[in-house]
Amino acid sequence: MDSGAVCPRFISRYPLVTMAHGGGGKLMNQLLEEMIHSVFKSAEEPWRHDGALLESSSAKMAFTTDSYVITPLFFPGGDIGELSVYGTVNDLAMCGSIPRWISLAFILEEGLPMTDLQKVISSVARAAERCGVQVVTGDTKVVEKGKADGLYINTSGIGVMRSETPFIGPASVREGDAVIISGDVGRHGMAVMSVREGLSFSTAIESDMAPLNGPVDHLLTEGIPVHCMRDLTRGGLASSLNEIAAAAGLGIYVAEEDIPVRGEVKAACEVLGYDPLYVANEGCMVLFVPGAAAGDTIGMLRSFDQCRNAAIIGSVVKRGIAPVTVRTVLGTSRVLDMISGEQLPRIC
Amino acid sequence: MDLKYIDEYRNRELAVRYSEMIAAEVSKPWKIMEVCGGQTNCIVRYGLDRMLPSDITLIHGPGCPVCVTSVALIDRALAVAALPGVIFCSFGDMLRVPGSSSDLLSVKARGADVRMVYSPLDAVSLAAANPHRQIVFFAVGFETTAPVTAMAVRRAEAGGLSNFSMIVAHVRVPPVMKVILSSPNTRIDGFLAAGHVCAVTGFREYESFSGEYGVPVVVTGFEPLDILQGVLMTVRQLETGVSRVQNQYSRVVNRDSGAAWELLDSVYEIVDRNWRGLGVISGGGFDLRSRYRRFDASDRFQVPSVEVEENTGCRSGDVLKGIITPVECCKFSAVCTPENPLGAPMVSSEGACAAYYRYRRQ
Repeated sequence: MDSGAVCPRFISRYPLVTMAHGGGGKLMNQLLEEMIHSVFKSAEEPWRHDGALLESSSAKMAFTTDSYVITPLFFPGGDIGELSVYGTVNDLAMCGSIPRWISLAFILEEGLPMTDLQKVISSVARAAERCGVQVVTGDTKVVEKGKADGLYINTSGIGVMRSETPFIGPASVREGDAVIISGDVGRHGMAVMSVREGLSFSTAIESDMAPLNGPVDHLLTEGIPVHCMRDLTRGGLASSLNEIAAAAGLGIYVAEEDIPVRGEVKAACEVLGYDPLYVANEGCMVLFVPGAAAGDTIGMLRSFDQCRNAAIIGSVVKRGIAPVTVRTVLGTSRVLDMISGEQLPRIC
Repeated sequence: MDLKYIDEYRNRELAVRYSEMIAAEVSKPWKIMEVCGGQTNCIVRYGLDRMLPSDITLIHGPGCPVCVTSVALIDRALAVAALPGVIFCSFGDMLRVPGSSSDLLSVKARGADVRMVYSPLDAVSLAAANPHRQIVFFAVGFETTAPVTAMAVRRAEAGGLSNFSMIVAHVRVPPVMKVILSSPNTRIDGFLAAGHVCAVTGFREYESFSGEYGVPVVVTGFEPLDILQGVLMTVRQLETGVSRVQNQYSRVVNRDSGAAWELLDSVYEIVDRNWRGLGVISGGGFDLRSRYRRFDASDRFQVPSVEVEENTGCRSGDVLKGIITPVECCKFSAVCTPENPLGAPMVSSEGACAAYYRYRRQ
């Protein structure tokens, strides 16, 4: 796929998105044709229908949807376009499915630079190619200036289930399971925070944004009996562990010092009063596998670039006073609670 | 980039060694109050109290500036924030603290322009960039944040900014320590004083009252090893019948105040201040000196002041004075949670109730 679809003619005529680009007339059709269809068209399926026709031999499918409203649209390590693909692909992968098709719906704010839209579309195309998914249908709307924040994206995705994989989810988690994290935590949230708040650190923090369907596919193909997986997004590791422990009716015990956090993320969190265990990630997952399979799982994960910091961080235990307990670096234990609202920086 | 001198102060072997040394020196029960909410948070997060012998009880102090900001001032802030044309700036920690009926985030949801800033100087920059808007900063905090808000006022003055003002809610630590010592309901044998406050003020002021009340005061930092060492120094004084000021946090704090205090003193004067849950504390706050009064948002914006009653179901005053621990409040976690707080200590990241709720649910 040629993701660098350049449209100098269109952009030079219309440097900004106008209300007319969502009006349903010729101008909208030109926008779709020159900037979107040309990028995503496939040989067998022309993009002119009201919907896509999909064919699969699998009886069971996974279906998910997610909306992306991030500010700023471009941040260290990525942009909203890639994010909207990886986010949905990762959700499909966490179900144990093989992501195949996604939809792409834009809500554009009047006045958005057309070059920004083009960059985002190119990112979507590049990310879809990296994940091996096809963008098969979509939608574009334009809203008045001030009614949106540049652009919003919704993607929905369909993945096909492997027939041989048992159910993957909290209900399959068992006491004694190892808790594994696929990488270091907190990078995405701190990367976005650093640009949003105009904070500059001596080392730039880049988002960890990455697709996880490759590593997951490898684990399942190699027969790792994964009981549960969850990609860590908003709310971070702490929230995912709490959700899974509550749904499984079990306890989770993790060791704080075994959870990988990069030095620059730790430092930025210290300065702002954030806890990296609550900070958002976009290319990191927590996995629950039988204790005996933990070593193999780590080995396989680390062969992927985005998972090279994979580590065993704890185990599943009987339910105690709280769903999740953490052993601190001093050797004491405390509750690891789900966050209440959003993290707010402290005063002093 | 690694942040130096953080992990070093969270070393498990040294922490265990300190706890053993404390246990070896304690011969009878002692109650030690850590003044600052940051210290409380560290104690509960790392379970430091559980590393100490049972004879040592750590009492959590009132050092959470958000928690002690009066309901009347918060209500005034909410009213000013809701005025058309105002951009209301606040530290993030204050956004969810309830006034008598609402909080800043809810006012924002109703259409007010409320912004979280990391520094009051950001609010001054906003004022320069938005000459047709009124920028109001909610100046909350102890002696730690007061120098920066003082600098904001000086910058606004230097820049000729007539559209910048502040609601001043600053509070002072030493007077409230005296109030706690004088309270018939509390028995405090020694204090871990708030290291960052002393970084601004120095600790001369504590020398007189340590002698007057016969209590050891150890100026203490905020990392686990700081606190354990502070406890050890306090215990040594108590066990040998000494009461004086010692400086555990010598890597940051000097005996005398520095330039930050001079800045603070040039802009603010000491006033009586109503502390939420504790009542009016003589000399317990700072307010703008008369030559800077034109930057006072309370004068600039006429908003109705309503006499409000504190939520009588909330025992945050007793928590702030160290009379009870958060879990001894019957509302704790049953009725009062961070999602539905009855009082400020359940909301602030420095609040004792929030720390217990987050790290130690029972």
